Amino acid sequence: MTVRGWVHSVESCGTVDGPGLRYVLFLAGCPLRCLYCHNPDTRHLHDGTPTDSGAVLADIARTAGFLTRAHGGVTLSGGEPLVQPEFCAAILRGCKAQGLHTALDTSGHLGLHADDHLLADTDLVLLDIKAFTEQTHRALTGAPLRPTLEFAERLAGLGKPVWLRYVLVPGLTDHEDEIAALAGFAAGLGVVERVDVLPFHKMGEAKWAALGLPYRLTDTQPPTAEQTARARGLFRKAGLRVP
Amino acid sequence: MDSLLMDTMAPADNAEPSTSPWRGFAEGPWQRSIDVRDFILRNVTPYTGDSAFLSGPTDRTRALWARVTDLLAQERATKGGVLDADTDRVSGITAHPPGYIDRDLELIVGLQTDKPLKRAIMPFGGWRLVKSGLEAYGFTASPALDAVFPNLRKTHNHGVFDVYTDEMLRCRKSGVITGLPDSYGRGRIIGDYRRVALYGVDRLTADKRAQFASLDLDRMDEATLRAREEITEQIRALADLVAMASGYGFDVTRPAATAQEAVQWTYLAYLAAVKESNGAAMSLGRVSSFLDVYIARDLADGRLDEAQAQELIDQFVIKLRLVRFLRTPEYDQLFSGDPTWVTECLGGMALDGRTLVTRSNFRMLNTLHNLGPAPEPNLTVLWSEQLPEGFKRFCAETSIKTCSLQYENDDLMRPYWGDDYAIACCVSAMRIGKQMQFFGARANLAKTLLYAINGGRDELTGEQIGPSFAPITADVLTYDEVIARFVPMMEWLAKVYMNTLNAIHYMHDKYMYERLEMALHDRDILRTMACGVAGLSVVADSLSAIKHATVHVIRDARGLAVDYRIEGDHPAYGNNDPRVDDIAVWVVERFMALLRKQKAYRDAVPTQSVLTITSNVVYGKKTGSTPDGRKAGEPFAPGANPMHGRDRKGAIASMASVARLPYAHAQDGISYTFTIVPGALGPTPEERVANLIGMLDGYTAQGGHHINVNVFDRDTLIHAMDHPELYPQLTIRVSGYAVNFIKLTREQQLDVVSRTFHAGH
Repeated sequence: MTVRGWVHSVESCGTVDGPGLRYVLFLAGCPLRCLYCHNPDTRHLHDGTPTDSGAVLADIARTAGFLTRAHGGVTLSGGEPLVQPEFCAAILRGCKAQGLHTALDTSGHLGLHADDHLLADTDLVLLDIKAFTEQTHRALTGAPLRPTLEFAERLAGLGKPVWLRYVLVPGLTDHEDEIAALAGFAAGLGVVERVDVLPFHKMGEAKWAALGLPYRLTDTQPPTAEQTARARGLFRKAGLRVP
Repeated sequence: MDSLLMDTMAPADNAEPSTSPWRGFAEGPWQRSIDVRDFILRNVTPYTGDSAFLSGPTDRTRALWARVTDLLAQERATKGGVLDADTDRVSGITAHPPGYIDRDLELIVGLQTDKPLKRAIMPFGGWRLVKSGLEAYGFTASPALDAVFPNLRKTHNHGVFDVYTDEMLRCRKSGVITGLPDSYGRGRIIGDYRRVALYGVDRLTADKRAQFASLDLDRMDEATLRAREEITEQIRALADLVAMASGYGFDVTRPAATAQEAVQWTYLAYLAAVKESNGAAMSLGRVSSFLDVYIARDLADGRLDEAQAQELIDQFVIKLRLVRFLRTPEYDQLFSGDPTWVTECLGGMALDGRTLVTRSNFRMLNTLHNLGPAPEPNLTVLWSEQLPEGFKRFCAETSIKTCSLQYENDDLMRPYWGDDYAIACCVSAMRIGKQMQFFGARANLAKTLLYAINGGRDELTGEQIGPSFAPITADVLTYDEVIARFVPMMEWLAKVYMNTLNAIHYMHDKYMYERLEMALHDRDILRTMACGVAGLSVVADSLSAIKHATVHVIRDARGLAVDYRIEGDHPAYGNNDPRVDDIAVWVVERFMALLRKQKAYRDAVPTQSVLTITSNVVYGKKTGSTPDGRKAGEPFAPGANPMHGRDRKGAIASMASVARLPYAHAQDGISYTFTIVPGALGPTPEERVANLIGMLDGYTAQGGHHINVNVFDRDTLIHAMDHPELYPQLTIRVSGYAVNFIKLTREQQLDVVSRTFHAGH
């Protein structure tokens, strides 16, 4: 059965969204309004192009030879892929039928949209936990943190492998107590295989300008190498693997 | 078959067993007939480990390389990049006395002329070209030679222009066929230089004499007479090789007895070829796994240690980096960066399933670390999914660090060419010593499409070049109408193209026969007529636009279609989209089918390549606006690459599109150049290596033929354009070969910078 969804774009040679070489499908639509968003052009469903899941799967099949040999697979990203759960489910199902490794890159905010069938077809969740207090999370994303943490706990219950991603923004998400608390929470889940601390960058700024949106982090600088190393150290201290 | 020609094949060594050149080698048919492949397969030691055993450069190599680095800096500093040139001596195998860089430091000796980087003159291809080449770089040809060429000694160039038809001349001038080897050496012939080391020249000469005798036939027709004359010339060239080697103090009449001799003999044989022939590409073949047998024997005997083994290879490679030819500025526009295509193949698998990777393949790659990156020799990895992991890793690491490697699909080529083939020039596979090609440059398919639209008139000059078919007069192009005119126009092009190549190669054989290279071939060989196409992605995208969008024609006062306006979207080649990729496949198959209908000189088998080298810039300049939205004068994409910036789905989609092109119908090779910024290849060095290996395995498995790999930032190139002195060794891969980036023309540098860099999302 083919399902129609809104696709923003494709990167057939993704190397930073999961293991190996990945076909990354960027889906349109996102409920969060993160200050540092580097894909603000994917916020609305109509930022994408209506596409049949069957066409997406056929396109994936034509690169499957690369993906399997390069120890990679398919990653659904966005936007927030779980804005379109049925579309995600159809693609994940089709990928598994092709024998491909699958990853879901999500903020977890819409975790309830992911039913157990969808998660059964997901080999890895790339979970963005953007902050670890309600206050910081709301300030940063405009949305509550609780749904994300509940999704994380559900993944733990299912024994689903998770790569945790944390964007380090000086002055916003660099409180060491908060990072340490997040690290403790993540370690307690027992399913977090790897933590990627991503230093904030301003490469998305031009997109904000192009969309006529005010960018509020113009004066924020990327973290120094020492700051990033310190944040990574906090995760490591909790016993997590940080490459 | 050569063995059957010999009455007696006495073993070549009647020396003491301990000093016999073949001591310790596994016996086999290679001893009874000229069969280097059999020797390799019986004696090679495949290596499946990693690079940990390798040695750095010796002090002697460092000192020699420092001297050469100075010379190269002097060469770059001179106007036009020509340090010195002969003005009165016609080059040949024995034309120059022995030359040295620094005799005490050189382990492997031999120069093309009497001094390093001094260019020889080889006028048999065409005197005018030599003369204007000299003048362009501030030298003056001796008047004595002016009296000889072409009045007393006709040249290849002269011969060709004696027979060209008006139609051929028109096509040449308009640029619908370009880069033809009608005034320079065709090249792309690989002598089996290993034969000299394994057998010694006496044995090879005896074999050639037997071949000569075998052609004492009842009926002496033209083909037989030509073959007898050619073999006689080959025997003379072998005698010249012996004389040249003896000037350096070596007796190459006998087989090489040590690793040092094996390297030296092989190099001297190659040197004889580059003293005599100024071919567009003078490739080396596949020598390192052959030499490995000798190195392994000397290592086992305690005659060498690893540092000394590496020193032999380093010193050999220093010599290969010094090969030069005198060429003209016009030639440089086509093939820029002063390339010589000293292509050496590494890796690959044997038909029996063993790998042909040896420690000496690693040593050859290690020269890029010991001496720094360089465009020559043009190191080519014959990639197979089955290659040992350690070798794959070292290749990937070396690629990421030096951008000096190209990869070609051994799994794809082995069924065609066996396990002892090599690559001539960029992508042309041939069985070593058993096959040669008639190099055919390329036809401009984008221009041909415009001729189809304009009824054979050139879109820039308005001149009638092709047959005057009815032009398209509608305001909007329809797919069926365009195809109905494009196919007969391609058929016309195939005919005039093949006839032109026949003229060229007939004359090349007559006036510029490659005696020494052909002396290192069997008597009966396979010849291919290597045609080629340029502008494939322009044609595919144009036809896609015509089919899937609305293309309006803009005509000038002469009624010529000179520009196009596209309404709506269309899929572009390079996005793994069958709606357009299948058009590209169709174009390749269709043009090849038309070439196969033509009769080729000397019963050659027609083939084609999708390869432009750097001529994509010149081709673009000579071609008007095309229905894909490309404006007049803009460069084509190189080789089989998608057009700049139109591949929007990332590198894998782009590779998958290229891999779809059928090698069966482009057996002379399909070239793809891939450039990626380091960060997009993976977050850590470890992941970058793993991802590159995965990419190469995937490309190979999907049937891709050739890929150049560049890993660097665009900023590096822009900085190098303004500060060339800081980047003397910055090497990049362009279509089919590698160049020193700073030696490219500014125009070509800009073309490279503007090409798609895969930078991730």
